[in-house]
Amino acid sequence: MRHIISLLMENEAGALSRVAGLFSARGYNIESLTVAPTEDATLSRMTIVTSGSDAVIEQINKQLNKLVDVVSVMDLSDGEHLERELMLVKVKAVGEMREEIKRMTDIFRGRIIDVSNSTYTIELTGSRAKLDNFLQAIERDLILETVRTGTSGIGRGDRILKV
Amino acid sequence: MELTGAEIVIRCLQEEQVEYVFGYPGGAVLFIYDELFKQDKVKHVLVRHEQAALHAADGYARSSDKVGVALVTSGPGLTNAVTGIATAYMDSIPMVVISGQVPTYAIGEDAFQEVDAVGITRPCVKHNFLVKDPKDIAPTLKKAFYLAKTGRPGPVLVDIPKDVSNQKAVYEYPSSISIRSYNPVGKGDSSQIRRAAQMLLEAKRPMIYSGGGVVLSGASAQLKDLVQLVGAPCTNTLMGLGGYPANDKQFVGMLGMHGTYEANMAMQYCDVLVAIGARFDDRVIGNVEHFAQVPRKIIHIDIDPSSIAKRVKVDVPIVGELKLVLDELLAVLRSSKQKPDAGDMAAWWKQVDEWRVKGGGLRYKNSTEVIKPQFVIETLHQITGGDAFVTSDVGQHQMWAAQYYKFNHPRRWINSGGLGTMGFGLPAAMGVQLINPGATVACVTGEGSIQMNIQELSTCKQFHLPIKVLSLNNRYLGMVRQWQQFFHGNRYSESYMDALPDFVKLAEAYGHIGMRIVNPADVEPALREAFSRKNDLVFMDFQTDSTENVFPMVPGGKGLSEVILAEDL
Ligand SMILES: Cc1ncc(C[n+]2csc(CCOP(=O)(O)OP(=O)(O)O)c2C)c(N)n1
Repeated sequence: MRHIISLLMENEAGALSRVAGLFSARGYNIESLTVAPTEDATLSRMTIVTSGSDAVIEQINKQLNKLVDVVSVMDLSDGEHLERELMLVKVKAVGEMREEIKRMTDIFRGRIIDVSNSTYTIELTGSRAKLDNFLQAIERDLILETVRTGTSGIGRGDRILKV
Repeated sequence: MELTGAEIVIRCLQEEQVEYVFGYPGGAVLFIYDELFKQDKVKHVLVRHEQAALHAADGYARSSDKVGVALVTSGPGLTNAVTGIATAYMDSIPMVVISGQVPTYAIGEDAFQEVDAVGITRPCVKHNFLVKDPKDIAPTLKKAFYLAKTGRPGPVLVDIPKDVSNQKAVYEYPSSISIRSYNPVGKGDSSQIRRAAQMLLEAKRPMIYSGGGVVLSGASAQLKDLVQLVGAPCTNTLMGLGGYPANDKQFVGMLGMHGTYEANMAMQYCDVLVAIGARFDDRVIGNVEHFAQVPRKIIHIDIDPSSIAKRVKVDVPIVGELKLVLDELLAVLRSSKQKPDAGDMAAWWKQVDEWRVKGGGLRYKNSTEVIKPQFVIETLHQITGGDAFVTSDVGQHQMWAAQYYKFNHPRRWINSGGLGTMGFGLPAAMGVQLINPGATVACVTGEGSIQMNIQELSTCKQFHLPIKVLSLNNRYLGMVRQWQQFFHGNRYSESYMDALPDFVKLAEAYGHIGMRIVNPADVEPALREAFSRKNDLVFMDFQTDSTENVFPMVPGGKGLSEVILAEDL
């Protein structure tokens, strides 16, 4: 099953490679991994999207906790949570397609953030599924470039990951 | 007070009361060696290869409860050390490794003798650090020692660039340290401990299985009390030998691939299994599915939560310091009015004893023609009164030493269990002998393994280490040959050791005493003679039966009850 694991770790050189190394050394899946410093500059927050049997997910949580640089770990999928991903898409936009793409962008609540006479660059946030759907809704040939941040997640309401 | 980085390193080692550092100098650590030279509190043991420095520090740690310390230079010094670091990591041995690094300004430029030490060692250390500022050396070393010896122990690497060891900083050794992201556990969960106690009291066929964790955490006394209170059979893993006295009647021997029939059968058919400081690894329980076929309740006590439920499902997980958990478990059991059912226990022991008979015990056919390797170990046990420190290399000789030397005390059996590193035995024995001066130290090895670090005979000479080396010379990479015989149609691909040196002359060339023993009748006199030489290293080249195999054997991937006994072949 797909799991979203959120963790706080020391904002130190090499911390990211410890996590990445753990996943590759033990053969765990990484669907996406995002990381950035938090409001407390000594800490980084990471969201890892992974999948595996319950036993594998349990091991992933334990192994992450065992890393000395990792301060705390939460499996967001254990409870109510929100997930968002940001995507930038550059599409070919000429003739009547310009209107069509604009319409599609509005339906998906995206924004066109850059325009040239033959392209649009669209910004879209949402769940992974929503971003996938958007890409499917647009003719394949029109897509020039996509870039996605990977999923970031946060618990709902009182579910807070903090030191 | 302002000191250079190198001075700070030595001060820190002094603060940690490090008596010996095992190492090898080179460009990146010259400032540190210069400071070593200027003092005599921290003694340095110059090995002949960095791998040996690590194994020596490791043997030092395993045979005491101290942190082993090694010092190596950058580049090849560090890469040579990696096997030793990985060996310690796999067996959870507390060590601090200090490596030199090229100067900070040269890092990343493919400088002479530059390797990414932190990157290379990351998967085989508990933690590692690159120190970029001399003011960070003292707190980093403090952390390194703390991390190495607390929680589940392990090696910690501190990489120090050459310029950092030469720059000055204010020195102050932190009196205590805390790391917010690292909080090793202490006591176990009391409700789980009570559940475990109840489960044990109701067990009809309880079994206790303990590993290296018991040895490392000094919980042997508690283990013994538990086994005797419950009345259960007890088995030790290869790493756990000595954790429970082998001469006790409740001990059923080592389990696993070359474990006794009764230990493996009792593991398979018990109804409540208590695993203590052990991790159900592949060499211990074989095939996981086969193991799980038989229903049994499992209580798993370990300091590392990630060891629990890694390979097998556990009914009662207890995470904590073994001593504290066992103390609490013992208290609950003692205060309980309920006692294990005497009838059930008698029936269980009857079954175990039947397995003992069926398995036929550990046995071999002795000979008057050719030296049987098992006979050498039995005689070693007898002559040393079972009280020696025994290190070993990896192969058949290791298994025979584990099977036939009956360890009654923890920290006496020193071997590379997890990584299975040939070349471990002799350098490990050096560390053992240094921290236990005057003690009897035997290194059981094979003619293959010994050649992986034989240069250390020179270190032994320099530091007057009267180790007794027992080389069971079967002219084969015996364990490889055994697998080829069983599983590869007798095709002995590259397992014959040709062009062996004259080990007697070799020992003599290094300034030691060498003996070659060919006749079974000479085994005992030779051992007596060797062990009577308290101040000499004696190298004994036993010409042993080259066709002997290690039994019993649970082939890789098979279940614990699918064992090959000696008579099956
Ligand atoms: C560094 C290393 N290389 C290879 C192996 C694989 N291996 C395991 S046992 C063994 C044979 C050891 O031969 P020897 O030391 O003569 O001991 P014997 O089995 O004959 O007692 C080998 C090659 C290993 N364990 N370690």
